[in-house]
Amino acid sequence: MVGAFACLLLVSLVPLPFIVALLAVMVITAVLGALIERVAYRPLRQAPRVSAIITALGCGLVIQNTTLSLSPYARPMPRLFESRTFEFAGVTLNSLQLFIIGVSGVLMLGLDFVIRKTDWGIALRATASDRATVPLMGVPVNRVISLTFAVGGALAGAAGVLYSQAYPVVGAAMGALIGWKAFVAAVIGGIGSIRGAVLGGYILGVVEVTTVVVLPSTWRDLIAYSLLLVILIFKPNGLLGSAAQQKV
Amino acid sequence: MTPLLQLDAVTKRFGGLCAVSAARLEVQAGHTHGIIGPNGAGKTTLFNLITGIYTPDEGAIRFEGTNIAGFRPNQIAARGIGRTFQNIRLCRDLTVLDNVRMAYDVRLTSSTWSALLNLPSHRREEQRSIEGSFELLKAFGMDAMAGQLAGGLPYGLQRRLEIARALALKPRLLLLDEPAAGMNSAETLRLMEFLRWVREHFDVTLVLIEHHMKLVMGLCDHITVLDFGVTIADGTPAEIQGNRRVIDAYLGEEVEA
Repeated sequence: MVGAFACLLLVSLVPLPFIVALLAVMVITAVLGALIERVAYRPLRQAPRVSAIITALGCGLVIQNTTLSLSPYARPMPRLFESRTFEFAGVTLNSLQLFIIGVSGVLMLGLDFVIRKTDWGIALRATASDRATVPLMGVPVNRVISLTFAVGGALAGAAGVLYSQAYPVVGAAMGALIGWKAFVAAVIGGIGSIRGAVLGGYILGVVEVTTVVVLPSTWRDLIAYSLLLVILIFKPNGLLGSAAQQKV
Repeated sequence: MTPLLQLDAVTKRFGGLCAVSAARLEVQAGHTHGIIGPNGAGKTTLFNLITGIYTPDEGAIRFEGTNIAGFRPNQIAARGIGRTFQNIRLCRDLTVLDNVRMAYDVRLTSSTWSALLNLPSHRREEQRSIEGSFELLKAFGMDAMAGQLAGGLPYGLQRRLEIARALALKPRLLLLDEPAAGMNSAETLRLMEFLRWVREHFDVTLVLIEHHMKLVMGLCDHITVLDFGVTIADGTPAEIQGNRRVIDAYLGEEVEA
């Protein structure tokens, strides 16, 4: 939502090419992400896990309602992308859809590479694995966590821009349902697994679209969330998640 | 000669409990220093104070002449103090190589920005880190298992990997918290040889907390004894073995009839 609004604001001030606008929005939301971590998460670092979830919901409400007070009505998003429709092997596609798939693919592969291979990715995984110990190995935990929130913010910003190109109406509440869907996708794939989240996202998408074809479209979310429940019953750690085994 | 590490009247209280009380400790560079004492004497608390997990309520901790009391743990680690833990604290879901790399990366000098943009200078440094970590694993005879998850290694190798990880910081001082815990006497003997090799090969000063007296007496140049957070004795192994207060602390005082 912030990403979409930032994009709308930017392009209404200066006519930027799409890619430049996308990158600028990612920088803005990255800064916002790091800021949120500093203000809302860092003071709660030692608090129980539930506090982090509550602060996350709280931040969401603050940001949504701030936007709502500044812009009470939904606004149209200008098309920044010349879209052409063509047919390929019996499937109708337009270049915007291909572009979205392409950009998200590049971002996902990039993230996967960074987390797996780079020093920062190792520091991130080490911090996630044992936050108390890794500072003793010289890992600057505060900086690692700030950077993680910045990267998360940048990716969310990119998602907001892409989404608002596909569904060009921008409003304060637009992120809420997407946020829930993203959460469902992450749970389906296995919390903590990036590849799992990607897989979960595609599964959820395919299930939703198939539902609409076969059943009345109002059943879409019912089926999607039921899928979540079924997966939680049979695979509580998600499809690619690993169970944290506690040695007794 | 100024000692490599010097604790000057360091005190740490937890509520009403005084875990460490005006403790003194001097570790000379090149020495192997043992810290012994009954359970609950404050030995691990002392390590936690040195490595910055706790901040002392009173007193100074000097490392190479600088007072590091109040520094953050990662700053202290980067200055050259590595440590291992009583109960192994590896990142179990990371590979053996990545466990070493996370400590090795402290030596990288490129900024966060060049890392984010993946500049060539940063990539070269990263390559050096991978090669250096591999070399370290090779020296430990663990290069063949670099790709395995650390949590899947047998206990003895996990202990070994923890030492390798701490050495990746290139520390001048290595703190070992009960390295022989859970080992039988044959394994402890092998550990002693191994620690001698580490000391020579990496040119590092060792401080170890240990209950295995054979290991402590065989390896250490100097021993400090803690009891109820107080330094009760300090000296060479021979001096400690004959010390009345130490024997009392371990066995209880004799009751005069």
